[in-house]
Amino acid sequence: MSATFETVAGIISETCDLPLEKITPDSHAINDLGIDSLDFLDVAFAIDKAFGIKMPLEQWTQDVNEGKVSSDQYFVLKGLCSHIDELVAAKGG
Amino acid sequence: MRLEYFEMVDRIETLDPVARKICIACQVPDESPIFEGHFPGHPILPGVLMIETMAQAGGWLILALLRLARMPFLAQVKEAKMRAFVSPGQAMQAEAELLHEGSGYMVAATKLLVDGKRVADAELVYRVVAFPNEVLRGQMLVTARRVGLPEIFFHA
Repeated sequence: MSATFETVAGIISETCDLPLEKITPDSHAINDLGIDSLDFLDVAFAIDKAFGIKMPLEQWTQDVNEGKVSSDQYFVLKGLCSHIDELVAAKGG
Repeated sequence: MRLEYFEMVDRIETLDPVARKICIACQVPDESPIFEGHFPGHPILPGVLMIETMAQAGGWLILALLRLARMPFLAQVKEAKMRAFVSPGQAMQAEAELLHEGSGYMVAATKLLVDGKRVADAELVYRVVAFPNEVLRGQMLVTARRVGLPEIFFHA
């Protein structure tokens, strides 16, 4: 996961103009880092491109809104990175 | 084009769903109240309307690719460059190419041309959502037929 985290943290740092040291695996993208929905689109695009995946953001948002999972599952960075790893593994990359 | 109604698209000229590209014809009107203010004695198409034209080109590409099942809304304009003035009466082409299809969003590279020369370009991000109501969806179907969207793109 750490290579994935480094990439994701770099993307967030550059896209959202946040200092790298502020971004930790336990950071919540929205609650801790203050990334709004529009900036998150930029982050999502960069992540999709970097890893060659398509994060199912709509499904994740629906899961959270329906109370099936906590937002921590997808938006705390260590959880996000785990899901990214799963998506990469699923595409055989 | 009917600038005051934000109808920037006259006709879809080409649409390639495999290459995910579209080309649209847009005839700048000779007269418009917009030109009276922008600017007196020097009428030119406002930059924001050049961006809107590019956005609608990308929007129709997305609508076609999604078979009019969902609606794109412009969310972000990246590095829009207005490279030349566009005058009343000029014929423009707006081109869009889909760069990325994400979940709930799409990214397109767009440009405007006059006489084959690029006059503007921008990378645009769209949120793609369910139609908020049947009124909008119905009107988009009417507009789709007006601008010549091929019938095969009307059905999933």
